[in-house]
Amino acid sequence: MNALAARRRHPAAIFLLLLLGLILTGGAYAALAPKPAIAAEASAEQVKEGQELFKTNCATCHGANALGTNVGPNLAGVGAAAVDFQMGTGRMPMAEPGVQAPRGKEVQFSEEQIAAIGAFVASLAPGPAVPAEEYTTGAGGDPGKGGEIFRTNCSMCHNSAGAGGALTRGKYAPKLTGVEGKHIYEALLTGPQSMPVFNDDNISPESKNDLIAYLKAMEEEGNPGGMALGSLGPVPEGLVAWVFGLGVLVGAAYWLGQKGA
Amino acid sequence: MSSDTDATPRGGSTAYGADDFAAEESWSTAVRLDDGHHVVGDGALPAHFENPGLPPHVERMADKSEKAAKRAERQVAGLFTLSILGTILFLVAYFAFDTAHRSWVPGLGNVSTTNLLFGIGLGLALLGIGLGAVHWAKTLMPDAEVVEERHPMRSSDAAREEFVGIMRDGGEKAQLFRRPLIKATLGGALGLFSLPLLVQLVGSLGPLPKNHLSLTMWNGEPDGHGGYTPYDKRPRLVTDPEAMPIKAEHVTIGSVYHVLPEGLLANEELGVEGLEHGQLEEKGKAVVLLMRLDPKDFKPTERGQKALSWGYQGIVAYSKICTHVGCPVGLYERTTHHLLCPCHQSTFDVTDGCRVIFGPAKRPLPQLKIDVDDEGYLIAAEPFHEAVGPSFWERG
Repeated sequence: MNALAARRRHPAAIFLLLLLGLILTGGAYAALAPKPAIAAEASAEQVKEGQELFKTNCATCHGANALGTNVGPNLAGVGAAAVDFQMGTGRMPMAEPGVQAPRGKEVQFSEEQIAAIGAFVASLAPGPAVPAEEYTTGAGGDPGKGGEIFRTNCSMCHNSAGAGGALTRGKYAPKLTGVEGKHIYEALLTGPQSMPVFNDDNISPESKNDLIAYLKAMEEEGNPGGMALGSLGPVPEGLVAWVFGLGVLVGAAYWLGQKGA
Repeated sequence: MSSDTDATPRGGSTAYGADDFAAEESWSTAVRLDDGHHVVGDGALPAHFENPGLPPHVERMADKSEKAAKRAERQVAGLFTLSILGTILFLVAYFAFDTAHRSWVPGLGNVSTTNLLFGIGLGLALLGIGLGAVHWAKTLMPDAEVVEERHPMRSSDAAREEFVGIMRDGGEKAQLFRRPLIKATLGGALGLFSLPLLVQLVGSLGPLPKNHLSLTMWNGEPDGHGGYTPYDKRPRLVTDPEAMPIKAEHVTIGSVYHVLPEGLLANEELGVEGLEHGQLEEKGKAVVLLMRLDPKDFKPTERGQKALSWGYQGIVAYSKICTHVGCPVGLYERTTHHLLCPCHQSTFDVTDGCRVIFGPAKRPLPQLKIDVDDEGYLIAAEPFHEAVGPSFWERG
């Protein structure tokens, strides 16, 4: 205690004390405060909250009743899955108008808020709901079968390694690494932006789970062959070979031609 | 020869008359900068430049000092030793690590250990030999410049005449000129001998394609010889790769299905066996992309309305093989209804009968006329009306 007492006038003491106080109050609040009940079914209250959030954050483009304007599409029938995908990946609200909403650096709303907006949008017209966790993690899926499905249905746009690719007029298929399984499932279900829809009758929930398992397996496997150069295929590989490979060869030829003395 | 005496006047003739040439002989000699003072030239060139010849030979360090030569020797030996170490590294890695072994390398991530060590080992092994040899040549091998004069390639007239004499003499002695029958039959035999070689070459190009390129598995059951036996019942459209039949009501607007004819792939659930042979060949011709659009989205053109009528409630099916060089056209933008080929960016407008709107393809994608059967599953009402894929000679 003496050592502590001797240092009580140390300049850092006040900050330490403040920090300790904050941690204690914060921790106590988190432990003791009543938890808000998260209802599985959308309650009338949630829909109302969602409508409020929608009016302040989304109505500028999608219209006050979510029926669309000439800058944003009609949202009747897109379902809660579309809202969860677009907002959960930070694509919406869009920072600026453009041909395509890019994946956001950060998600701008809490899960509860997104769920509330989803409940509101789902209340407009029936649409795909947020999928159950059973098929969205890839757990227990068969990556081999998932790979077959991926190569037939997805690889033409998203690249066989899931690295993404270009479409027309500045649009593009995004890369699929680091995307949550739930969002992959929702994208298949709702067909965001240029992407077509792959509903559960086309690719069954089990097959979607296999697909997610394949993407996760590829991500974990890494590139045993070394540098992947963006997995974009022969163009970057050729570029490296021509620029660096040829550069080294030209340098070597120059060195060979120089005189020894 | 010196530039002073040898130079002939040239250039600048517009500024000087013919008399000027005679009057001032050396007016256009080359500007010499090695005289020690600056000379203002008149811009004209000399008739020709002197051959500067070889620069004086410079002795290398290793030529002059035994110590430097020893150092060079050690450097060359060091490089060769590096190569030896590289080879040993390769051999050790080959036996020490399993191919499934992975190691983490900064900047590369998780890579195959054997691949990495093989690369480093072989790289060092080859580089060591190469660098060693070059360094050896540069420091120790003789480097004095040598000039070799070129000689004419032509043989002397006497040698040429002698050769002709020998040939003519041989012909005379063999009685080649006296007996033309032998000459003619030998020529014929040798000439005909080239035919077996030529026939093999042409024959090995394969059988004539007949109309196999114009027919697909939508025409009928493959008979194993490139032909097709017509179906009793029009085939259903099934998904690729799961081979499940498709109900029209399940194809929602904006959906894309990758489709094959029923019976190509096996489906254990439905007891379909699938083709035993030539699965890939059939798949390569019969692949189809199925999309559903809002019927209102089809263009009011003749082509667009025909496409709609060949579909079913806005569901349309097109060959997936690009009419340019046969890549799979699979990039469908559901907002613009553009179908894009990944190879050369040919773009087809699905709302207008897959008309080409961009890129090198010349023909629209062939459409498959579809319908539904009694159970609500999509079927191919008719086979393709034209050959799928790129143009070929007999397509007409």
